[in-house]
Amino acid sequence: MSHRHHRSTRRKVLSYVLLVAFALVFLAPFLLQLANSLKTDGNATANELSLVPHPVSLAGWQQVLGIGSAAGVADFPRWLMNSLVVSLLITVGRVFLDSLAGYALARLHFRGRRLVFGLVVATLMVPSVTLLIPQFLIIKQLGIFNSYPGMILPMLIDATGIYLMRQFFLQVPVALEEAARIDGAGTFTTYWRVVLPMVRPGLITLTILSFQAAWNQYAFFLVATVSPQYFTLTTGLANIVDGGLSAGNQFPLKLAAAMLTTVPVAVLFFVFQRYLRASRFDAAVKG
Amino acid sequence: MTTLPGPDPDLLAGTAAGARRSRRHRLGRRLVGRGRGNGATAGQNVGGWLFVSPALGILMVFLVVPICLAIYVSFTDWSGVTSPFASTVHGVGFSNYASLLTQPGLSQQLFGTSLRDNLYYVLFVVPLQTALALWLAVVVNNRFLRGRGLFRLAFYFPSVTSSVAITTVFIFLFQGSGAVNKVLRVFGITGPNWLYDSRGIFSVALNNLGVHNPPAWSGHLFLGISLWQWLAGPSFGMCVLIILATWTTSGTFMLLFLAALQGVSPEVEEASEIDGASSWQRFRHVTLPMLRPALVLVLTLGFIGTWQVFDQVTLVGPYNQTTYTPAYLSYYVSFQDNQFGQGAAIAFLLFALIVIVTLIQRRLVKEDLTQ
Repeated sequence: MSHRHHRSTRRKVLSYVLLVAFALVFLAPFLLQLANSLKTDGNATANELSLVPHPVSLAGWQQVLGIGSAAGVADFPRWLMNSLVVSLLITVGRVFLDSLAGYALARLHFRGRRLVFGLVVATLMVPSVTLLIPQFLIIKQLGIFNSYPGMILPMLIDATGIYLMRQFFLQVPVALEEAARIDGAGTFTTYWRVVLPMVRPGLITLTILSFQAAWNQYAFFLVATVSPQYFTLTTGLANIVDGGLSAGNQFPLKLAAAMLTTVPVAVLFFVFQRYLRASRFDAAVKG
Repeated sequence: MTTLPGPDPDLLAGTAAGARRSRRHRLGRRLVGRGRGNGATAGQNVGGWLFVSPALGILMVFLVVPICLAIYVSFTDWSGVTSPFASTVHGVGFSNYASLLTQPGLSQQLFGTSLRDNLYYVLFVVPLQTALALWLAVVVNNRFLRGRGLFRLAFYFPSVTSSVAITTVFIFLFQGSGAVNKVLRVFGITGPNWLYDSRGIFSVALNNLGVHNPPAWSGHLFLGISLWQWLAGPSFGMCVLIILATWTTSGTFMLLFLAALQGVSPEVEEASEIDGASSWQRFRHVTLPMLRPALVLVLTLGFIGTWQVFDQVTLVGPYNQTTYTPAYLSYYVSFQDNQFGQGAAIAFLLFALIVIVTLIQRRLVKEDLTQ
């Protein structure tokens, strides 16, 4: 008995060691990123592996946050603002319009509903990278190429969001809406006042997924704009990584900028991760 | 634990059976609805259309119409400057497709190379990320593990980050004298100059084994490149992207497996434990069968996603042409070379490829369900 106990303890320790090692491998790139963003240019190229910057240099972060030195090629504060404004507008639009459509598809009996739902499901299957040329074509034809409307309008709807919200609305008891209707509430009032508050987890999930999709979006903004004034953090960062900077590697600056791009979404995710886990994954598997 | 709604797994997995089932489900609901609210129908007709029209309008204008436009463009020599309907734009029939599929030449060679590189990416990433995600989920799900939340967080963290940001970090780590090669040197390995190295890893391995001259049969061309080149394996540059993808997506799929594992009751596991099953036997015969739906979903999402890799390639591509994927080639040919007709043709061939992969998957899943 004690022999067996001994063996299982050893195995437990072993699996812990393995797991911790794996966790470190998963986190190592971020730790190295943080450490090297605080080094001098030469030190980051010569001593990549050292986790303690010596000497500490804030030059990269100062440029990224727009403190001190002139903006130059890389106007990070502007990119940050662009990312924020565009992502927020897309998020608000998506949450409102997706939930409206999702509600209609779940609950309202209108002629052609089946057709509309079929279209939504069909667009779910369209691989998004094959849409780059089509979307470039249409915003050019509409005269909104290289503008904020051109960046925002095509991203205002996503079929996944409509589908997700429809699934949430299907779970709300019908009796609630009937009661509201008997009280004389119109369709929109019923939706806004009665049903929407019932699907809060769905709205939170959709908000986070939409914000993440817009904030991390790169491919679409790459084809939708051409002027540096419309750079977001992703397109701007990609531009300097691909050689938009005049001199040297400047890894501390690039790594700091990459960190700035990563942090907001990461924070959002970890604050709301309970909701996401519950809704997105449990249901995807259990149905 | 409350069950919340979410995407229908059948639909995500793209099974026809799932779509049929939900259609029947809705039909039943509609009949019930009719029986109840007679007065509501007229109002709901107007309301319903008002509710869906913004979404429908945007989907039509920015999705359906553009796809039709792009199909048209793929049969022209549009250069992206004028309107695609200008008189200077000529119809060229199927030549944009022919120069990719049947006509030997530079276009076909680039397209063939991009298919090969993406194929290796798919063949490596899908098994690696699925196995790693499954293993992590099973380990993290252990009831006796302390700090489960922390581990989960660590493994999930790479998934939420921006692809551009994370590729920036990887370009830094995989420099010729960078962090990865310094770690390899500790183990006595001289690492390659990753991002710049376009040699296929299989051909390098064969070289090291003393095979220098390709056999005669391997000179045969397929899609513009020789069989020897098809068999060369992913380049070292592509390996960086493979490692990157495995590292970023395993966390997402781990969560999917974890959610499925919550459905496996501890009693079943305990019972098999008492029966004296080893942990491998338990995993193989008790846990794995119950994870089958999740496994199918992860493989499906994996196969669809890996054929679409784009963001990372735009950053790594300038270092190394053997990281080009069809998605990137389509972009490059259009926006850098101004051959939008050719680029659109590549996009639609990729589209067709993904649809075929999805259909095969569907067939397999259907067989799986009827068994």
